[in-house]
Amino acid sequence: MAMTMVEKVIARHGGHDEVVPGDIVECPVDAVVLLDLSFVESPLRPSRIARPDAVSLVFDHLVPAPTVEDAAAQSEARGFAVRHNIGRVYDVGRHGISHQVVLEDRLARPGEILTCNDSHAIGAGALNSLGRGVGTAEMLKILADGTAWFRVPKSISVELTGKLPHRVYPKDVALALAAKLGSVENCCLEFQGSGLADLSVEDRSTISIMCAELSADFAIFPADEVLKEYVGSGYLGAAVWPDRGAVYEREVVLGLGTLAPFVALPGRIPGNTIPVDELPGSVRIDQAFVGSCANGKLSDLQVAAEVVRGASVAPGVRFIVTPASQQIYLEAARLGYVADLLAAGAVVTNPTCGACIGLHMGVLGPGETCITSSTRNFKGRMGSPDAQIYVASSATVATSALTGTLSDPRL
Amino acid sequence: MRMTGRCWVFASPDISTDLVLPNIALRGGPGSERHILAAERPGWSALVSEGDVLVAGRNFGTGSGRPAGLALHGLGIRAILAESIAELFFRTTINEGLACLECPGILDLVREGDTVQIDLATGSVVNTTRGGERVARPLPPLLLNILGAGGLIASLRERGLVEESIRP
Repeated sequence: MAMTMVEKVIARHGGHDEVVPGDIVECPVDAVVLLDLSFVESPLRPSRIARPDAVSLVFDHLVPAPTVEDAAAQSEARGFAVRHNIGRVYDVGRHGISHQVVLEDRLARPGEILTCNDSHAIGAGALNSLGRGVGTAEMLKILADGTAWFRVPKSISVELTGKLPHRVYPKDVALALAAKLGSVENCCLEFQGSGLADLSVEDRSTISIMCAELSADFAIFPADEVLKEYVGSGYLGAAVWPDRGAVYEREVVLGLGTLAPFVALPGRIPGNTIPVDELPGSVRIDQAFVGSCANGKLSDLQVAAEVVRGASVAPGVRFIVTPASQQIYLEAARLGYVADLLAAGAVVTNPTCGACIGLHMGVLGPGETCITSSTRNFKGRMGSPDAQIYVASSATVATSALTGTLSDPRL
Repeated sequence: MRMTGRCWVFASPDISTDLVLPNIALRGGPGSERHILAAERPGWSALVSEGDVLVAGRNFGTGSGRPAGLALHGLGIRAILAESIAELFFRTTINEGLACLECPGILDLVREGDTVQIDLATGSVVNTTRGGERVARPLPPLLLNILGAGGLIASLRERGLVEESIRP
């Protein structure tokens, strides 16, 4: 039977010839990413780990530890990793946001299933794999016995064509999809089309990660030449392509060349995004943030530096830049981007989730307005529930940091 | 598996787990329950009784994998019926032992204060206050077993696979 990419991965892992949407299948998990957060949000630990070599412990949400409780939890995490022989530990100084680390170290491979206790695990779709966010209880189970259940979602095909115009970015692709599709709960998104050639694996992860905001179960890219170059030919054995005749619930086409810079209005993302040049009236900002797993990449720091080089952040505006990994931070420093940002009056922090999750490194106060290239804008997400959060590309954020108002980066 | 409960209705679409369990309540601690869904409906959490049912609109539970279902269970909610549910919230909540069903048309079926009778295996949802029935997406045996055991952690404990943190 003809299957989509996601159907194939689940069928193969579950030992079935075929699966259809609605089936529930138990699958072995190939890669497990455990976070510093786990050791804070629950007092429970697995008493044994089924496959310690498949587990990576990443310090990302609370780095460096903002409270005594977090510091104690992280000490415990280190001891836990040693006791259980955990395969890889990304400790402070050699760390990054987990979903970026997954890319940099190819922790998920084409055709594999990765689980992580964070919703943006979906980003592993850029590697042609299924990235499944899970909660605390499920993470305990997966660590202890190595399996998880999956409900097969319906599949939506997203065909990308053409090339992105100047100052329009993968983040804008995701925000445009949010306008076109709205929320797609119980569906996965499968990308294809000639436009993929214009998107690096890093670009694809921005899009996959943002698909979490559409409530997509998975957001997967194929194992094309771009991915083959990224992972190397040795890892392609289990790569998946959709079969000819695979059944899609819906098929949409998005012409990259037709896109403009987009912005999500405060409160939510699906069905709540518009082109920046359609904003009614001027929006003053207090904080501009470039960072997160979606947009703390080297290309984000590059464009932010390019935009602000030789100029100054507007008075009264805080421009905070948080690279997604130590590797990115180091490279950005070597290339001069960090100096450009500092000279303009921006703050460049260590890698961490940071302002995106509103626990430290740029918390918003009551009545403040933030333009961010991070992932979410729920009420209270980045601090005070009385703050307003707009989501856009890093170019839009950096341009806005200079003007002090939400601004089109093409101008 | 059947249950009966009084309904609370949150009809707005896209209620996120951040709205259910905001950052200020994330670390738990005494009094943190008062923040549950407070931005959507201040003071609601104090009104919930054991056995109540939360009825919601489309795309309920969107966003982060934080333990929002567990927080609702802690208030006394024993079932969630929504027009549609984000998968991460669905799986996290079932795994935590709280019944959660997708029920298209539920907002037409019930008004706040109505009592419903739910059959988790068939998906039947009957409004016993003013009549009417809808069929929710039924839960497969695998998920019914998880609920029957009281959630994943209860069965992990039974299998000797979890322990308490040794942090002083």
